[in-house]
Amino acid sequence: MMGLSGRAAIVGAAESDAIGILPGKSTLQLVAEASLNAAEDAGLSIRDIDAVFTAGWRPTEVAEYLGIAPRFFDGTQVGGSSYVIHVGHAAAAIANGLCEVALIVHGESGRSRIGMFPEGGGPQLPAGQFEAPYGLPGAVGSYAMACSRHMHEFGTTREQLAEIAVATRKWAAMNPKAFSRDPLTIEEVVSAPLICWPFGKLDCCLVTDAAGAVIVTSLERARDCRMRPIRVLGFGEGLDHQIISAMPSYVHGPGRISGPPAFAMAGVTAADIDVAQIYDSFTYTVLLTLEDLGFCRKGEGGAFVAGQRTAPGGAFPLNTSGGGLSYTHPGMFGIFTIIEAVRQLRHEYADQGPRQVADAAIGLIHGTGGRLSATGTAILGRD
Amino acid sequence: MAQDKPLPVPDPVTQPYWDGLNAGELRIQRCRSCEKAVFYPRALCPHCGSRDLGWITCSGRGTLHAFTIAHRGTPAAFKGSTPYVVAMVELEEGARVMTNLIDVDPTPEAVKIGMAVEVVFEKASDAITLAKFRPR
Ligand SMILES: [Zn+2]
Repeated sequence: MMGLSGRAAIVGAAESDAIGILPGKSTLQLVAEASLNAAEDAGLSIRDIDAVFTAGWRPTEVAEYLGIAPRFFDGTQVGGSSYVIHVGHAAAAIANGLCEVALIVHGESGRSRIGMFPEGGGPQLPAGQFEAPYGLPGAVGSYAMACSRHMHEFGTTREQLAEIAVATRKWAAMNPKAFSRDPLTIEEVVSAPLICWPFGKLDCCLVTDAAGAVIVTSLERARDCRMRPIRVLGFGEGLDHQIISAMPSYVHGPGRISGPPAFAMAGVTAADIDVAQIYDSFTYTVLLTLEDLGFCRKGEGGAFVAGQRTAPGGAFPLNTSGGGLSYTHPGMFGIFTIIEAVRQLRHEYADQGPRQVADAAIGLIHGTGGRLSATGTAILGRD
Repeated sequence: MAQDKPLPVPDPVTQPYWDGLNAGELRIQRCRSCEKAVFYPRALCPHCGSRDLGWITCSGRGTLHAFTIAHRGTPAAFKGSTPYVVAMVELEEGARVMTNLIDVDPTPEAVKIGMAVEVVFEKASDAITLAKFRPR
């Protein structure tokens, strides 16, 4: 395992030409835009890509649309964490010579629903038989139910969850691409219309149209690319269920599985992380992940995020793009955790005051997919 | 026009569970190797991997393990039913099942994790009966 650390690097990272509400663009068009933009960011051509990693779409569908015939591909689809997991899979494949230039891409017309990939299950699947008859409201109902258990066991409050939404909005205010940039208060979050108790509207991620893509290559080739390489120092993945009624414990997520191998491979600890991008599908997703990754002890997530600790100027810079809560969230946000981590570690915001986390050298990215089902954790480092 | 609420379609492994509900019994699997309760019904025990599963009839009593109160974001067929409680109930026999908690005020003041609940059989169609729960 140690042999994989740092052998691959991210050299390109970009969104689609625009993100937000885009009724004039199909899902595959968004995928193409992000792929082209990420390749351009790296100083490479779409024709240089020899590996495709995607979820939602099949790799066949993406490669066909881009007009490429990759020699390696992976369609691991476990929800919004898939792309973080793809980073590890791509790094392993590159280190073993199976491919050299990997595209990881996600696009979704999540809001306008133009040319969407097919979704859904059926009434004979486990979710169709044992959840759907009770009107479970998809992801939001599932995460809300898990959160109720954390509140019961540890006394976590809606105000503590709201700290995350408020801090994330402060980062979004500095990001011109962010969907929601107006200041927010804890009172506004807890008094927003209820979606699924204990979540109000502002505990929940946005629904937008957007795509994102990153390019991963060998460290050797990366050093010839246009931008400073951001090395993949460590990675791990974990899952312990698919549907929420089968989750073993609502207060222990798969981050407890994906985190330790990522830290071990990178040879760092939680204390070494300068900046973190943690998938914020809901406020509780972040709180649970902080505990599962060991940034605080189990049950202490509420206290950890109190006092705007994760806001600009706070002790723990988190979701510095504005996250899925305030920046963008087309459907599977994991790809955007990678893009923002790369930008912070490149110091792309160096002339933008507090938006740049000073001297950021080591970043953590973490995706949570499905119904708190599957996670990917990766540690990235400035070369 | 109101949409019909989604109904399950049983498969060969789960059929005895649905047959039980139609007969007014809550039946789940128990592993004969490790003796743990198994839900949802499977072809193997998810706790130990054994194929040696049998069916037991539950008491119908349990406690509320977790819940959400659905106000918005529901499947289309449930829009006219809000607010309602989607809950996980831990059965006396050890398994946890998803359900609706009914006959209760759908507020966090009235619904409490740990509260004692009991099964109510609710006929949904000629073929399907659902196991719902109410405070006891
Ligand atoms: Zn067993």
